[in-house]
Amino acid sequence: MGSPTRVVVLGLGLLLLAGVPPAAAVFNQPFYVDLFRRVMIFAIAALSLDLILGYGGMVSFGHAAYLGVGAYAVGVLMHHGIHNGFVQWTLAVVASTLVALAIGAVSIRTSGVYFIMITLAFTQMLYYLGISVEEYGGDDGMRLATRSQFPGLMDLKNPTVFYYLVLGVLLMFLYIGHRLVNARFGMVIRAAKSNEPRARAIGFSLYRYKLTAFAIAGAMCGVAGALLVNQTEYLTPEFMHWTRSGEIMFMVILGGMGTLVGPIIGAAVFLLLEDVLSAWTVHWQIILGPFLILVVLFAKRGLFGLLPGAASRNG
Amino acid sequence: MTLFLVLEQGLNGLQFGVMLFLMAAGLTLVFGIMNLVNLAHGSLYMVGAYLATMFVQLTGAFVLAVVLALAGTLLVGVVVELVALRTLYERDHLDQVLATFGLILFFNELIAILWGRAALYSSLPAWLSGHIQVLPGVRYPVYRALVILVGLAVAALLWVVVSRTRLGMLVRAGASNRTMVAALGVNIRLLYTVVFGFGAALAGLAGLMAGPIYAVQPGMGEQILIQVFVVIVIGGIGSIRGALVGSVIVGMVDTLGRAFLKPMLATFLSPSAADTAGPALASMLIYMLMAAVLAFRPQGLFPARGI
Repeated sequence: MGSPTRVVVLGLGLLLLAGVPPAAAVFNQPFYVDLFRRVMIFAIAALSLDLILGYGGMVSFGHAAYLGVGAYAVGVLMHHGIHNGFVQWTLAVVASTLVALAIGAVSIRTSGVYFIMITLAFTQMLYYLGISVEEYGGDDGMRLATRSQFPGLMDLKNPTVFYYLVLGVLLMFLYIGHRLVNARFGMVIRAAKSNEPRARAIGFSLYRYKLTAFAIAGAMCGVAGALLVNQTEYLTPEFMHWTRSGEIMFMVILGGMGTLVGPIIGAAVFLLLEDVLSAWTVHWQIILGPFLILVVLFAKRGLFGLLPGAASRNG
Repeated sequence: MTLFLVLEQGLNGLQFGVMLFLMAAGLTLVFGIMNLVNLAHGSLYMVGAYLATMFVQLTGAFVLAVVLALAGTLLVGVVVELVALRTLYERDHLDQVLATFGLILFFNELIAILWGRAALYSSLPAWLSGHIQVLPGVRYPVYRALVILVGLAVAALLWVVVSRTRLGMLVRAGASNRTMVAALGVNIRLLYTVVFGFGAALAGLAGLMAGPIYAVQPGMGEQILIQVFVVIVIGGIGSIRGALVGSVIVGMVDTLGRAFLKPMLATFLSPSAADTAGPALASMLIYMLMAAVLAFRPQGLFPARGI
């Protein structure tokens, strides 16, 4: 995790997140439990993108696809009367992994701008698929009968329980991510980013490594999708809209790509900003757009990158 | 009867194809020369459509409105290039994608503030709203036929400009080696602005021609933009010839797929299955085509070598 400052920031941030439900209960503001749960769900999505974008250098402009696949896995099973969360979430992970493998297998053969366009195009394909399948709500989406059920274990209908589950998943992925990027596998991925020909010359078959990383990121984001559809209790192809991919990517950049904590900070700042701005004006995107451009032009290393110890390359 | 239907849909496919080409040509030139991935290209398409609709309402004269809208889009394009995009040429693709994504959000919201989110429908003057006889018994809307003609004319003009004029020579030189062109004393910044302005005008032309056919609304640009990406990936980035071939292929496949996939599936599937699978498959067709092309030719059909 690099410098002490960063560890302190991470610790404080997690404490803050853990303290949201009690604080919301004290101030009688249940809305904030909802908002921060949403923040954490998108933090998971952003974290998963950062694994391939920040560490692997794969500029995927289609990460919302896996959010959608995870959500559809839960929603479709729910629609057919299977409410068991274990089954639903397993399917969410399996399906998003397979979709990521399929998209990755084609896209990773290319690089640079092709890669950006292809990932975007495939996500758009899934979006149109979602729109055209009337059985599952088509364009309008459909309401879920209930949240995923884990009988005898927990009740997601309880906002606080759901909140801590999401926090737990986020922590787990943070740990997995930490182990992953510091493992041999992560080193190879990072080598592929910093100098692909050299990494190839050492003798690594980068295609397989990249594809594996792509699939892992897809699986993680699939979990975020399963959580998101439980959060909204509404399944819609909008989860896969291309602007969503752009937003997730922006969260990564805003927080600081190539770090594990950055995407979480980015998701929090982005969604809180959205909340504040949209309360202020319906045309909040006219502020967000230029803000995004300014961040890209002047704060490329992201908020987390502005902290001391940023020179550390070990995330 | 079916033959006429096929012919009509084929023409529709060609019409959609030339529209894609107008977008793809600008996008691919900008990428080839400035090495810029411009997601906001779709916004210029939208600006063209809105300006044309506005000028038609203001002036009541279609041709005048078209000219004004083209000039307006060119101006917007040049301003965007000068203000925002210049600084991005030297950045990596990730920065370009994000910054131009920011531009899209800005433009969509600006349009929503100025004209509202509801779709506008622009009307055609009487002399464009009729039909012409293409073949005995086959009638085709005059306007769509005009779109095809304009698109093909622009393609021809573009070919002449790029391969036969001094400007085109600079464009080709810029695409193959920017540093060398600059070192030879060419004002490369000015060249960039000119090329970007041209690309913007082409996108505006596509947008203003799309107005009377499709709905004019915020976000209309991104819908076509992603299809244009498919065109460019299939044709090969930076290649105008590839853009033309890719556009026609994508336009045809998409239009014919939407028209005939469902009835074709119905011949061997149950009607309800065909009802579900037809539209779903049709909307995914061009992406599957793209994947297939990539599997065999990762660099596209016409990799850019001298545009």
